[in-house]
Amino acid sequence: MMTTLAASTLAEFMNGYVSPELALMLAALFHAGVLLLVFAHAALIFIWLERKVSGRIQDRLGPTRCGGRFGWAQGLADGIKLIQKEDLIPRDADAFLFRLAPYLACIASFGGFMVLPFAADWVAVNLDTGLFLLFAILSLEVLGIVLAGYSSGSKWSLFGGMREAAQMVSYEIPLAICGLIPIVAAGTLNLTDVGQMQVGHFGNWFLFHDPFTFFAFFVYFTVATAGCKRAPFDLAEAESELVGGFHTEYSGMRWSYFFMAEYASMLLVSGVATLLFLGGWSTGLPFIDQPIFVDLKSWNPGIGPEGFVLGSYISNLIGMSVFLLKSSFLVFVQIWVRWTFPRLRIDQVMTTCLKYLVPMSCFLFLGATMWPLLMAMGKGQKTTIWPQPLGDRTVQVHEHVLHPINEPKIQIADRGEQTVDFSETPVIAKEAILTEAMHSPSEQGIQP
Amino acid sequence: MNGGQVLFGIFALLTCGGAVAVALTQNVVRMAFWLIVSLGSASGLFFLLNADFVGATQLLIYVGGTVVLLIFGVMLTTSGPLLKIPSSPGELIQSAVVGVLFISMFFFTVWSVDWEHVANTARVHDSTTDTVALQNDTTGRPIGMAFLGVRPDRDLGAAEGQPLSTGYFLPFEIVSMHLLVVLIGAAYLARAKRQITTAESRSEVV
Repeated sequence: MMTTLAASTLAEFMNGYVSPELALMLAALFHAGVLLLVFAHAALIFIWLERKVSGRIQDRLGPTRCGGRFGWAQGLADGIKLIQKEDLIPRDADAFLFRLAPYLACIASFGGFMVLPFAADWVAVNLDTGLFLLFAILSLEVLGIVLAGYSSGSKWSLFGGMREAAQMVSYEIPLAICGLIPIVAAGTLNLTDVGQMQVGHFGNWFLFHDPFTFFAFFVYFTVATAGCKRAPFDLAEAESELVGGFHTEYSGMRWSYFFMAEYASMLLVSGVATLLFLGGWSTGLPFIDQPIFVDLKSWNPGIGPEGFVLGSYISNLIGMSVFLLKSSFLVFVQIWVRWTFPRLRIDQVMTTCLKYLVPMSCFLFLGATMWPLLMAMGKGQKTTIWPQPLGDRTVQVHEHVLHPINEPKIQIADRGEQTVDFSETPVIAKEAILTEAMHSPSEQGIQP
Repeated sequence: MNGGQVLFGIFALLTCGGAVAVALTQNVVRMAFWLIVSLGSASGLFFLLNADFVGATQLLIYVGGTVVLLIFGVMLTTSGPLLKIPSSPGELIQSAVVGVLFISMFFFTVWSVDWEHVANTARVHDSTTDTVALQNDTTGRPIGMAFLGVRPDRDLGAAEGQPLSTGYFLPFEIVSMHLLVVLIGAAYLARAKRQITTAESRSEVV
């Protein structure tokens, strides 16, 4: 129950046709395949976008001919060219690690999509520790880069790898702290729950939850840009001083794997930003969100095989489109920043992180934890300025949207018949006792 | 043999194989790589046990943190004699003796346990009666509650007027403080020790 996997539902769906073991395996394969498509298309589309946007910013047209209008097939043409290239390995390289490093970078950035929900029910693995695992996987990408830099047997690569290691080790700290700030408000690390809490009015988005989350978004986005080693923080490649940095010695497909990983992790961190701050799949307009994400879910015209709810499918499809649109916009901003700002020096990069971003994120985190107290003192029980109270939303998430068909719900009305005195009990014990009392009505008169 | 067992076999093989490779490799960076394989597969074992949090922590702390620092340190000292560490015959014999002793102790311990009994006990404890439901959907294990200083597993249903049982809140906090002290100490020891070169000191004198 705790891990309500989409995989398990798909597996349950297939249970009737094949054995449960095979169904689970097929479901896992299916999810991995879909995510691989997302991973590959992210690189394809965003590399094209990068070329177009950089062209426009530099008063050029960018690719125009390949594939007809707008040069949309430029990425494909690049891919075909890269496959044909010779796979060079320098004589001084540690060949085993040199060959392996690109895959390591790719796996780390691909793995993050495993726990990223694209819509309310569309997530490969729905974990209660979703964000934590995502940050853990994201932190592994640096290993591929560092090993690539080391194993190339070239001084440019080694410098690039060392810079990357220094940069990533420093930037992971504010990244995790900024990710925690909306989590403090949400009270859950489950990314699906976090997304679902922000459905409705755009005041529900955690960006507008309190001033600290508002500023945390911008700090997070800066740090995430640096985490993807994008300009102005791309010191690991820095072609003007290090030739190509960690990928100087790479060619052909191995070289392109690094870029696939980079563009996919751009989408990944933007997706996390969307989920944590920008409302996930919610459109921000209650008169659209209500019919799409709540009412449509139960609409079942009975088309398709048993267990397939068409309304829920359409609702998730729209949710995913909204989510990807928002994330892509953030990727666009990253591209925009890359072609607008000059590159920093390595010492400036480290100063920006250690002297400015870390203290800022610590202050914001502290503020975010104090905020509910402040609001509770000033405005009674309400912990937000004008959006719907979080507590209501949490209850909604658990009661209506996330698990519409659940085990028998606890009737709050039953509470009246119990005589439980809570006045002296800590909150956690209070809830535990309450639930215990509700679950076993036979044990009357429990006194803490 | 079901899918879970196959996955367990793969991860266990990778964990052990990676560990053996760490011991057998002589190049420091490759050792670090095999360490990644071994520790990463161990986190895979945790995920197989549905221990998501422990698995993620293993990835974050061991694979992500420790190994990055290790590689980073290795790369800074890479040109020295540390790059290749060949073992002398004496060291091989020493490590073989220690390893064999450890493994025999391990086997002895594993075989002396009545696993059937343990499995049955675990099954009893695994039932939902042991879980304290907090809300509709969230559950708290007794150990987690005990860390917060609350013992619903003992206090719920106890006779009225009995004193509340004690949790592990204080030890937990002491451990946290201890870790903080260690962190500060490490930062103090690793701080940049600035040596004033003769040129600088001369300019200061002037």
